Amino acid sequence: MKLTLWTYEGPPHVGAMRIATAMKGLHYVLHAPQGDTYADLLFTMIERRNHRPPVTYTTFQARDLGADTANLFKDAARDAFARFQPQAMIVGASCTAELIQDDPGGLAEALALPIPVIPLDLPSYSRKENFGADETFFQIVKALARPVARTDAMTCNLLGPTALGFRHRDDVTELTRLLAAMGIAVNVCAPLDATPADIARLGAAHFNVLMYPETAETAARHLEKALGQPFTKTVPIGTGATRDFLDEVATITGLPVPPETGLRQPWYAASVDSTYLTGKRVFIFGDGTHAIAAARIAAREIGFDVVGLGCYNREQARPVRAAAKAHGVEALITDDYLEVEAEIARLQPELILGTQMERHIAKRLGIPCAVISAPVHVQDFPARYSPQMGFEGANVIFDTWVHPLVMGLEEHLLTMFREDFEFHDAAGPSHHGGKAQLRAGAPVDAAEASGGDISAKMKGEATDGAEVIWLAEAERELKKIPFFVRGKARRNTEKFAADKGVTAISIDTLYEAKAHYAR
Amino acid sequence: MSLDAPLRSCRDTPVLKERGQREVFCGLTGIVWLHRKMQDAFFLVVGSRTCAHLLQAAAGVMIFAEPRFGTAILEEKDLAGLADANAELDREVARLLSRRPDIRQLFLVGSCPSEVIKLDLARAAERLNAAHAPHVRVLNFSGSGIETTFTEGEDACLEAMVPALPGTTTPGLMVVGALPDVVEDQMLALLSAIGVPNVTCLPARRSQDLPAVGPETRVALVQPFLGATHAALVKRGAKAIPAPFPFGAEGTTLWLHAVAAAFGIPLDRVEAVIAAPRARAERALSTVSETLRGKRIFFFPDSQLEIPLARFLARECGMVPVEVGTPYLHRELMAPELDLLPEGPTLSEGQDVERQLDRVRAARPDLTVCGLGLANPLEAEGLATKWAIELVFTPVHFYEQAADLAGLFARPLRRRALLGEAAE
Repeated sequence: MKLTLWTYEGPPHVGAMRIATAMKGLHYVLHAPQGDTYADLLFTMIERRNHRPPVTYTTFQARDLGADTANLFKDAARDAFARFQPQAMIVGASCTAELIQDDPGGLAEALALPIPVIPLDLPSYSRKENFGADETFFQIVKALARPVARTDAMTCNLLGPTALGFRHRDDVTELTRLLAAMGIAVNVCAPLDATPADIARLGAAHFNVLMYPETAETAARHLEKALGQPFTKTVPIGTGATRDFLDEVATITGLPVPPETGLRQPWYAASVDSTYLTGKRVFIFGDGTHAIAAARIAAREIGFDVVGLGCYNREQARPVRAAAKAHGVEALITDDYLEVEAEIARLQPELILGTQMERHIAKRLGIPCAVISAPVHVQDFPARYSPQMGFEGANVIFDTWVHPLVMGLEEHLLTMFREDFEFHDAAGPSHHGGKAQLRAGAPVDAAEASGGDISAKMKGEATDGAEVIWLAEAERELKKIPFFVRGKARRNTEKFAADKGVTAISIDTLYEAKAHYAR
Repeated sequence: MSLDAPLRSCRDTPVLKERGQREVFCGLTGIVWLHRKMQDAFFLVVGSRTCAHLLQAAAGVMIFAEPRFGTAILEEKDLAGLADANAELDREVARLLSRRPDIRQLFLVGSCPSEVIKLDLARAAERLNAAHAPHVRVLNFSGSGIETTFTEGEDACLEAMVPALPGTTTPGLMVVGALPDVVEDQMLALLSAIGVPNVTCLPARRSQDLPAVGPETRVALVQPFLGATHAALVKRGAKAIPAPFPFGAEGTTLWLHAVAAAFGIPLDRVEAVIAAPRARAERALSTVSETLRGKRIFFFPDSQLEIPLARFLARECGMVPVEVGTPYLHRELMAPELDLLPEGPTLSEGQDVERQLDRVRAARPDLTVCGLGLANPLEAEGLATKWAIELVFTPVHFYEQAADLAGLFARPLRRRALLGEAAE
């Protein structure tokens, strides 16, 4: 038993719903109690889908438990087939139905429906949403994909995009364009917008593009083994990864890599306005795939300092640990958001790249944040074209990550005029909402009221263990440091003081520490 | 408007009873508003990852403070041996209470999986009460989907509190049902001006203010879904005050009339107190209801508020109910409402969502009240919708909110008119 306040992932049957809802012509009959239908609103509200997920729930109640829940399931499956006429059906149980052991697979088989019926066995008490999606897609592919002749022209399948995926819709468009520029057509994109009939002709493609290992790695491995289709290992998120991906595709197909078009990110990072991004301390957390990609972009394409890296899906723990090691940090593998929050509070990064959960943590701690990964929120489905993959994805990511920060020249000016009565950091980034606060008379009061809540909030936690105290004058001096580096200054000074055995921090200690850490 | 019963009401309208797929929340959802109301209470669901995910989805991220609810997620080893599950539960509760010393009431909330494996939360509550009294009172109720539909979770929670209420022989009024504080304060001011003695509320905002109950206690419900709590209070000797529910100017007036009559307070005293707020509410309603007049409305079953709201919209806003669905029809509590609701709509109880969708598509009402899972798909089919859940979360009771309540229904229609061309 584990106490959970907020979760990164839903139960595995929600993963199955992400596959079913992404596809067309597939229906999911889910043995589940009344109330489990809440999951529909994830799709209709967060993703603004204009159709209900193709899911029939048996919605049994207490009175049914004494009677015959098995027949309830059979009736629901029969009615769903008659009403929706799907090409194929997946059947399974949610957590409660798993306990009553009605065997939806066996019951559905007994109905002898004239379509493929694929049973799902998703252990609700040990696995989670991503597993459910990956396993469901694998079972569908295993049941339906058969050897077929390869297409004459060079084609591939795009594997992994689902409903409720982080920018999956636009990633598909971007990759389709990128591959088209190499002369490669998409045979089938699945599960997003694929029908069961499309799954049956997956084998016509020459190779597979594994877009998201979270949702399609098992299927890609199966297709490699069963149909001899190689699959790409690089996830093309970021400039470098996109180039590596194109090289990988070139190796598989023997086609030349086309000239790059539309890529602006490297020049934007190189231009002098971006100087201020150098060495900004970033904390990265998300699903394994997006977190690893983000760390590479942060360190090598924007010039940030990766101070923390982790993921919530244990399935990706190994590659995330390896990536963390390469960045010189210890990986944080956890699905407990309180643990993530504590780590962020401890590290005091200047930017958080995370999920919607980290966005809230960031808001509470007063740290800028950009979202890089599921779990998704309504704002992760923008009306505009906004991919993460490919060269346009690299452009989008640059803009997205820089936006939460103070603008480049603005930050330099704030540093130069730090104590100016109008042009001070409590005014906040000029391109964000919120009213600029006037600086009050006493410097200490002003700092309490300012955006400098990193130091205010972190004070207790940062000093408690160390038993280092700040003298009033040093505390005042610290408040003069712009808010976006104040956390780092406090942390460095305290570490410096602790290392030197200093228990009371004076102005001198502050500046000695500054000199010590100068680079 | 008239407070008289219509010529022909829905009292004897046959009810269409449906059984099939139900597109409704389970009772756990009530935690989302109950934990805001009871500010020193923690709600610990003993359930699965699905329960945690539901609460997160239903609560949205609006209240992403460290919330006063959580889920103790059952894992495989808990299913293997119930003795271990109990030990684990005790451990998690001890850890939780040590981290949150501000908690004075802990509700162990049963879920579908905990009910199916027959985890005895009543005994667990007893055991934990002994361990953590007097600082923390531990109670239990079930919010499982197999036993409760959406708002029935609040009913189960309040019912669980009844045995712990102190006794009394003093005459007084107990108002039952969680109201937003601002609305509760308005109501208390009205009742005090009318001269109703010893008014208390269940649930109380803080655990030390538990209301007392006894043979001289009169009970008035402000929410229609509290049948079990009502019965439990009557069992403890309290006397019921049958009345329509205080939605709209008329509903509020009739509710206050009934309460005053129960205490022998003369009608003219009531009229003197309510004259101004009632006139204000009617004036505000007359503006808002212009958008609603003559429009046809269809209710999917959701919260049991459907019949009182249909009555309000029909009688005070001129709407025409086509179908009024309710997850459960409590005949006794709903009798005063059915007497007022003009004959005409189909009354349905329970749900077979696919068949109900067929009916709504055939009826093509001007406004459909439904859950969030159905709203966008119906909008995409060209039907204007109102999210039912907002009717439970928003302050809608009594005079000052009467026009706000009508406004919740008018806004989708006004919005549709505004976007008319772009949406084509």
